[in-house]
Amino acid sequence: MTRASSRAQIHGWLLLLPAAVLLALFTHYPVLATLWHSFHSTPRGSRPADWVGLENYRALVEDPVFWQVLGNNLWFAAGTIPASIALAMLMAIWVNGKITGRGFLRLAYFVPTVLPMIAVANIWLFFYTPTYGLLEQFTVGLLGLPSHNWLGTKSTVLSCLMVVTIWKEAGFFMIFYLAALQAIPPSLGEAAAIEGAGRWYCFRRVTFPLLMPTTLFVLVNAVINSFRLVDHIVVMTRGGPDNASSLLLYYIYDVGFKFWDSAYASALTMVLLAILAAAAILQFALLERRIHYQ
Amino acid sequence: MTRALETIGAWLLAILWILPLAYAFWTAFHPPEFATRFDLSAPLTLQNFANAWNAAPFARYFVNTVLLVTLILGAQLVLATLAAYAFARYEFYGRDVMFALVLVQLMIMPDVLIVENYRTMAALNLTDTIAAIGLPYVASAFGIFLLRQTFKTIPRELDEAARVEGAGPLRVLWEVYVPLSRPVYIAYALVSVSYHWNNFLWPLIVTNTVGSRPLTVGLQVFSSSDQGIDWSIITAATLMTSGPLLVAFLLFQRQFVQSFMRAGIR
Repeated sequence: MTRASSRAQIHGWLLLLPAAVLLALFTHYPVLATLWHSFHSTPRGSRPADWVGLENYRALVEDPVFWQVLGNNLWFAAGTIPASIALAMLMAIWVNGKITGRGFLRLAYFVPTVLPMIAVANIWLFFYTPTYGLLEQFTVGLLGLPSHNWLGTKSTVLSCLMVVTIWKEAGFFMIFYLAALQAIPPSLGEAAAIEGAGRWYCFRRVTFPLLMPTTLFVLVNAVINSFRLVDHIVVMTRGGPDNASSLLLYYIYDVGFKFWDSAYASALTMVLLAILAAAAILQFALLERRIHYQ
Repeated sequence: MTRALETIGAWLLAILWILPLAYAFWTAFHPPEFATRFDLSAPLTLQNFANAWNAAPFARYFVNTVLLVTLILGAQLVLATLAAYAFARYEFYGRDVMFALVLVQLMIMPDVLIVENYRTMAALNLTDTIAAIGLPYVASAFGIFLLRQTFKTIPRELDEAARVEGAGPLRVLWEVYVPLSRPVYIAYALVSVSYHWNNFLWPLIVTNTVGSRPLTVGLQVFSSSDQGIDWSIITAATLMTSGPLLVAFLLFQRQFVQSFMRAGIR
């Protein structure tokens, strides 16, 4: 059946066709259409869309909100990715070893993953509420610190959202590390122990390098997620105050579905697509070199 | 010594991790006057859940979400199975190019193509329907990739034996490949169901009436407009919407964890 007979040709294409049509319609076409519409003006009322060339991109470069949102997103990525990866690794190593209450620990770490982000955001919104929230009850009630509006202050709001994201993602990434750890033969650790290596040394020289492919996989996922997940912003801050907590995709949502400026939203989407494409190329480049230790 | 410290650290982290959830449980199961006061003598109540249930059409939202998740999963499994079979066992012109085009979706998910996909749905006259929420996700690159990898590990001899007995391609697929890949199907199903049960931004954009809104959007509409800030009712509604997944997770913890693992290893 593997000979390239004309029947095999037809069967292959027929099997692929339904998925290919839907993928083309909802993934490939939208990418091209976004590019096309980003060179046009937004149709308003009876006025159709006109070709405006790079006008939308010029507006983008001159839009201070765009730069602020892009900066926010980079800070957000820089703040959430290393922290959630490090925590995930730590969790996995703890849960993989012999530790008291392993089942409970595993459950506690993983539970945020199965909850909807929107539900989680509601819970955290309550957690951060001034005066009544658990955080304020602790900082004001127990430690006697002055009250602080965590989500209403420009300097703290983004960090608060980062905490939520780290909390939500670390347990998810833990799973991949757990799978990788279980694939490492225990003899390697034993050999290191016989040589008199300490646990930290063993981690640095044996475990950590062996986890490298997993780290790469998790890293790419984390990068995509940091540009894709904005559910909690809708619930917790709506990008405020003063766009201090707005991320790129949330800004696209604002421009596209609150101001209904679809042309400018298309130009913004192109920036997001470029970032995701860069992540993809980076992944392929790294995979080419194959991080392998045997 | 370090062992003991590590155990303490692990437990502290775990407690920190379930703290927001525990707080939500406390608030939801106690009368509003105890919402932010910790008093072990506080009476337990289900009144908050009853109030939330009566304050918004949650029954309808549940039906919508169950319908949505089922339809997406069903269609995804059929399409991904067929496409994966083509990629794993057929040689046809353009196969490698097509496969690369499929993989594009792993990076550029429908989640970020909201502006154009909304335009498409409006053109197809589908906005505010359950079909509109699901359609962009029905052809899943992730599913195709996962099943292709699995199908490739199935010995060709089994395939050829079935063909010698006169089975056509679809029967071979159904009687040889699908049964042998069951664990992967279960893994994919769990991941897909939890993804779409939780999905929010796209459904928020493309729906605007009770008839099509899934739970996540319903919860957001409920907690942002219908209520002032009655945290007891909001947390009750929040727990209610995540309840089925949470219960399923607690019951099938091992399968969940293993499925997420299996789905992640490529």
